Amino acid sequence: MTQPLTRPKRKNPLKKTRLPLSPHAVRSRAAHGLTAAAAQGRFELQVCLDCKAVIYPVRDACPACLSARVAFAPVANGGTVLAETTVRVSTEPYFRERVPWRVGMVKLDVGPVVIAHLHGDVLEGQRARLQFKLDKGGAPVAIALPEKDTPNMADDPQWREMTCDPKFRRVLITDGRTAVGQAMAKAFSQAGAATVFVGVADGWKPFAGMDALPAIERVEIVPLDLTDTESVRELAEQNGGRVDILVNTAEHVRPGGLIGRHGLTVAREEMDIRYLGLVRLAQAFGPAMGARGADGVNSAAAFVNLLSVHALVNWPAYGAYSATEAACLSAAQCLRAELRPGGVKVMNVFFGPLETDWFQTIPPPKVAPATLANAVVDALKKGLEDVFVGDVAEDIRARLAANPKAVEREIGE
Amino acid sequence: MSDKPSMRKSYEGVVICAPVTVPYRRYSTNAAHWWIGRALSALTKQSGLRPADIDGLSVSSFTVTPDTAIGLTQHFGLSPRWLDTVPLGGAAGMVALRRAARAVQAGDAEFVACVGADTNHIDSFRRNLSSFSRFAQDAVYPYGAGGPNASFALITKNYMNKFGATREDFGKICIAQRENALSVPHALMKKKLTMDDYLSARAISDPIHLFDCVMPCAGAEAFLVCREDTARSLNLAGVRILSTIERHNAFPDDPIQIRGGWARDIGELWAMAGVRPDDIDFVETYDDYPVIVMMQLEDLGFCGKGEGPEFVRGHSLTNDGSFPHNTSGGQLSVGQAGCAGGFLGLVEAMRQLSGAVLGTQVPDARLGLVSGFGMINYDRGLASGATILASAR
Repeated sequence: MTQPLTRPKRKNPLKKTRLPLSPHAVRSRAAHGLTAAAAQGRFELQVCLDCKAVIYPVRDACPACLSARVAFAPVANGGTVLAETTVRVSTEPYFRERVPWRVGMVKLDVGPVVIAHLHGDVLEGQRARLQFKLDKGGAPVAIALPEKDTPNMADDPQWREMTCDPKFRRVLITDGRTAVGQAMAKAFSQAGAATVFVGVADGWKPFAGMDALPAIERVEIVPLDLTDTESVRELAEQNGGRVDILVNTAEHVRPGGLIGRHGLTVAREEMDIRYLGLVRLAQAFGPAMGARGADGVNSAAAFVNLLSVHALVNWPAYGAYSATEAACLSAAQCLRAELRPGGVKVMNVFFGPLETDWFQTIPPPKVAPATLANAVVDALKKGLEDVFVGDVAEDIRARLAANPKAVEREIGE
Repeated sequence: MSDKPSMRKSYEGVVICAPVTVPYRRYSTNAAHWWIGRALSALTKQSGLRPADIDGLSVSSFTVTPDTAIGLTQHFGLSPRWLDTVPLGGAAGMVALRRAARAVQAGDAEFVACVGADTNHIDSFRRNLSSFSRFAQDAVYPYGAGGPNASFALITKNYMNKFGATREDFGKICIAQRENALSVPHALMKKKLTMDDYLSARAISDPIHLFDCVMPCAGAEAFLVCREDTARSLNLAGVRILSTIERHNAFPDDPIQIRGGWARDIGELWAMAGVRPDDIDFVETYDDYPVIVMMQLEDLGFCGKGEGPEFVRGHSLTNDGSFPHNTSGGQLSVGQAGCAGGFLGLVEAMRQLSGAVLGTQVPDARLGLVSGFGMINYDRGLASGATILASAR
């Protein structure tokens, strides 16, 4: 049975911070099919389209019939642990400081044998569920979980290396003036975050929900104006070393495309709050987070971007907004590469119209702020990289996978 | 499985001679090229040939990059008319021997120099592991990076569960090999090993402990293949090849390895040689881990599947014992010098059969069996081979 984590003591400021290392992250190009599935939390293996053989390790041809038509597809993830070992001596520095480390061979019911990390509650000879996760190096790895959930299973040290669980971590919500920011504060508090810093710009200006916010357990209001480089820098100087999960809730939603608007005022505001806000956060908090990816139970773990799913394909009714979101998505990809060596995940959460004032005229389905917040916490617990929340986001994801040109045309009609 | 009557030609008229070992070192500052050069030089000295006489070259190495065999011809000033590369680890010696013997038999080459050599720099073992194969890179190395220790730990654990082998059984194999190594000058490990030492050694990857593991090192082994009459005219003691087998990726449907390719070809190995297991005077198995030794004893026909532990308990495995095994100490005591490890048993068998041992002679050694195994590409060793050799004296 997994021992529950205990809340880490205050860090001794004289002690050296353990620097982040990564497990070996090089993969063949074909193996990034696993990366794609793991990033979204799907369990997929290659399946031969001609003879239906399920294939692992990843190959460029089917070993049963030599077909080249091998595609990743969801398959059942149940299996049996054939044998286990506890690695006590490792050649890799990352594992050397984490041994003993358990691995095993899992015979999947669908056929292949997979060498996998073993969750502490999985034993030799037992049934297990296999999942692919992105490890600290951002590379896909299999981990065998107990067939049924066990008490405290999220606290297993090997499992926690793959996830970004908010438990005992310190979170920064960058904008608490919004409904999403407030829902996020509540969700992280409930998820056991040690501290939930909530940024509020212009604190003297009243806003809806301002009284309830400080009443949430372990919430600490901090001054933060994402359009003010100094303000972001100041907060990072005070708290940058204590932010383990950063959730950027800044939003700026205005309807309208390009030719219907006069001048650049709104476009500049959008870019200032969303794109430049992200850049300011990355510059101020990125270095400290990237250095603290292996800093114990409350190591830095994730930088969360909330993005309109229309970052992926422009929605002309909110065309300028979509373009800004696309800029943020591109920056997030850059940030992901920059934070990967630090063992910090950059999680992009895509959603359609929210149940908020700025989407007042849009018919349902829409995403409630609490739904979005819970989805973010859930995805962090699972260690995902790309998350689609709600029916609109899911619809666009599926349509883009099938025919991006069709989406572009239909969304503008 | 197989089993049409064999149509294979015998190796009559071909011998292997001039067994060469370049003494191993734990770490070497020299490149693999240096080790190959020393081995080739020793071959010419031992045989009395000039380098220009060598018209066939077979090289087995993992660490000779960016070169391949062709670059080595210019590096060493050779002009062979027959060239081969066999980077097959523990099976390299068997495979090199088979190909070279046929080349000589067919007249494509007169003297083939077969060399297995690898260097070992600080940290080169780790870097070779992570890029050993595409499957290792994608699906093994990221899991704890225990290297082959972890992979063979899983195979060993399963074998113990299934067939009742104990750590003491594996210990007996390792201890006997150490005994055999004590008289071999170049063996890297020459401290007597007791069962207590073995059992109390530190755990590496359960159930693998320190003395189950070979020590990576630098070294080279080599031999010469030529016609028997040619060898005689040069006054070289030749060893005859009675039979060989080779198999890769056998039994892919076994969920976890409990046997190697030998099990598939064993009938042919004995039939071609025209001898029986009882006739064999000593056996050189591939011993990267003792569990693989036990599998070989079963798969090569000395006992049935699952009877390995009982067989080991019932025999003494030292050179003066009832079943002389890994007579120079094997890789477990001499060290594992990469591809040279695939040559070690072969070269030692040649010495035993030609009466030119470095350590202890097995009394009346006329027939020896050598087996190779290697290339743990994903979850199991893929390559296997074996040969039965006879003294030409």
